[in-house]
This record gives sequence, C-alpha cells and structure tokens, in this order.
Amino acid sequence: MLKKIAFLSTIFILSFYNLNASATETKTEDKTEKYNPVPAIMHHISDAHEWHFWDTEDEEGHKHAASIPLPIILYTDNGLVSFMSSEFKHDDEGKVVVEKNGEKFVKMHGSIYYASEEAHHGSYIEHSEEEGSHAVLNAKPWDFSITKNVVGIFLAMIIIFLIFTRVASSYKKNGGIPTGITGWMEPLVLFVRDDIALPNIGEKKYKKFTPLLLTIFFFIWVLNLLGLIPGGANVTGNIAVTLVLACVTMVVVAMNGNKEYWKHIFWPPVPHWLKPLMIPVEIIGMFTKPFALMIRLFANITAGHIIILSLVSLIFIFQSEWMGIPSMLLVLFISVLELLVAVLQAYVFTLLTALFIGVAVDDHGHGHETELNEV
Amino acid sequence: MTGTLAAIGAGLAVIGVGLGIGKIGGAAMEGIARQPEAASKIQTAMIIAAALIEGAGLFGIVVSLIA
Repeated sequence: MLKKIAFLSTIFILSFYNLNASATETKTEDKTEKYNPVPAIMHHISDAHEWHFWDTEDEEGHKHAASIPLPIILYTDNGLVSFMSSEFKHDDEGKVVVEKNGEKFVKMHGSIYYASEEAHHGSYIEHSEEEGSHAVLNAKPWDFSITKNVVGIFLAMIIIFLIFTRVASSYKKNGGIPTGITGWMEPLVLFVRDDIALPNIGEKKYKKFTPLLLTIFFFIWVLNLLGLIPGGANVTGNIAVTLVLACVTMVVVAMNGNKEYWKHIFWPPVPHWLKPLMIPVEIIGMFTKPFALMIRLFANITAGHIIILSLVSLIFIFQSEWMGIPSMLLVLFISVLELLVAVLQAYVFTLLTALFIGVAVDDHGHGHETELNEV
Repeated sequence: MTGTLAAIGAGLAVIGVGLGIGKIGGAAMEGIARQPEAASKIQTAMIIAAALIEGAGLFGIVVSLIA
C-alpha cells in the first residue's frame, strides 16, 4: 500500500514537471535565465477572486487557465455591483476593463481598482511618480467578493455541518450508542471536553464554553486539512481569518471576565509604586494574548505551505527530472508533518482559548494563579 | 541586501526558539521518565510552553518575511 502511494505520487510529481517544463521551455529562450519561485509561491498562498488550478498552453502559445470563476461583489459610489470574476479573463495586471453600472474596474495583484481614464503600457493602473515607490494611485471600491478563502470557509462549514448533524441523528437513532462515523467523532469531542475545557476552565463553568471550544477546534482543523489538499485554499494561512478567530477569543474573554479578573488588570495586587508599570502591562496583555494567537496560527500554516511549495520548486530551479525524486520524498515528509501541525495548531488555539477563558472566569483563584501573562 | 539581512534575522530567531523548545522537550522527557504516570499532564504543559515560545519565534520570522 505504502509503495503504491509512493509510486503514484512520483508519477504525479513527474507528470507535473513534464507539463510545466514544456511551457517554460517555450517561454524562456535562453536557458541561463534563473527560475524565480517566489511569485508562484505567493500566488498559491494568497487569496484570489477566482479558484485557479493550472494553466495550459495550446500550439499557438495562448494560455488557457483551468479555474472556477467566483462572484465579485463591490460596494461602489453608485451602489452594489456584482459580476463573475471570469469577466476579467484571468487578467491580474490591470489590463482588462470591466464596465458595470457606469463604473469601470480593473484587477491588479488580487485587488480591484477603479480603472484610470487611459492606459499606460496597456494597464489601466496609475502608479506613483516618485522614485523607488510603486504605490497605486487608483481608488478602490469596497470589496465584499466571495473569494477563494470565503469559498474555503463555506466548504468547511458544509463539511462540519454534515458530519455533526449525522452524529447527532445517529445518537438519537441508536439510543446513545455511537456507530459508524459517530464512533470516530466521539473520542475527539470527549477529548476537547475532558482534556481541554474541563482542566482549564474548571468544573463549574466548562459546560458553557465547550460548544465554543468544539467549534473553534473543528473549524480550524478542517480548514487546515482543506488547505493541505493540492489546489485547496490556504484559509487559516490568511491573517484576516486568524484575526477574526482571535477577536472571537478576545471578546468572549472580555465578556465573561469576572470581578477578580478585571481587578487584576486595573488594580493588580502589587506594591503601590509598581502600579504605574503593571497596569499598562496588564492592559496591553489583554490584546497581546489574542494577537499572539492570530500570528501563531497564520505563521505556522503559511510557513508550512511555503516549505512544501519551495521543495516542489526545487525541480524547476535545478531544471532536472532527477530532482523530482528527492523533491517528492521531501514533500511527502513535510506533508505528513503538516498533517500533524494541522491538528496541533487547532489544539493549541483551542487550548489557549480555554486557558484565557479559565483565567477570566476563575473565582477561587488566589491559590494558583496561572502564569500566562507573557506571550 | 535587505533580503540577506532578513534571512539572517530569521535564522537568529530560529536559534533562540530551537534552544527554548529543546530545553522544554528535554525537561519533559526527564519528567516523564521519572514519573511515567504523569505523562499526559506533562505533555499538555509542554505543548503550551512550546507554543508560547514558538509564537515569539514566529514573530521574528514574520518580521523578516515582511522586511
């Protein structure tokens, strides 16, 4: 079985190489030009207005993209405008103008701008004239598009919904005995309840927060795993997504903090001369905890994706099919490691959320204060 | 030039984090060897501490990515 998988992945990576090698050879006439992997990697880890899989080139050298168009929703000066991303014809350089509702739009590097009156070098984007600066001068509409990441979140929601409604109905049918997928989910749910919520929040209040912790755990885990599928969206590696997740933690902690907790922040039990120092530190600490949660998830997942893609690009950097074998082995190794990181980061995020909630709701806490004020 | 400096910065951040997590891992191993029945508790505490240290290291790496 293992051998079969290894063989199939070799074939997969080698065929990937062949497909792209023919394309690069026609494009770069001189072989001395070095392959730069950074644009491709950045394209893979960033959000996009379409779900792009690969490019193919026909005999005449025209590029054809295999991608799923996604709806673009803009709030402009003239109201809401929506159209499909296919109208940009896979342009990302501000060259294709889409006119809707009396407004003209162009897309450049993943952002949508109002088009300029006239084109410079074929692009309807105006850049700053200043030396060394490459800032875009065009105004942007408010962008509420269903992007690749939003579709990724929808997918995760559907998967979680399907699994857990099935689990719930199976308990009802079998009188509380787990069968099938329920038997697989029950230990995970019990793990979150008994090993994360109970020891960190305390016996009195853990039941109230278990649903939140379960949601956070499974949402992050499913998104991490979806991101690891080739062609999947890198959702938890998007800092905006992790920012919202961390804000949920911050708001829940702030809303459930008891008198003890707020007293610790605004009037900590330290000598009076230390108070001017400690009070700002405690207040900043309220924000650095969720900030660290945000950066930790974002950086871990993004770093994993960058490593995998860098190892794949080794083949193109060395321009040799023999590089496919070590590259494949390394990618396989890192991918398996990333499966572990996917569940570990979901666990760490949930665990730290439970810890912060536990510190905020703990009502007998003078004996054993948790030393978690530093990041 | 900035790219090279950023790479050095990322390396330095990783040295610190590697030392920190290595120490935690070593101490946890010792603790588990002395008291195998407390293994699950030690593991939880180890992962929390490792995650907090790793967070500090990732700050460094994110900064050098941006630079």
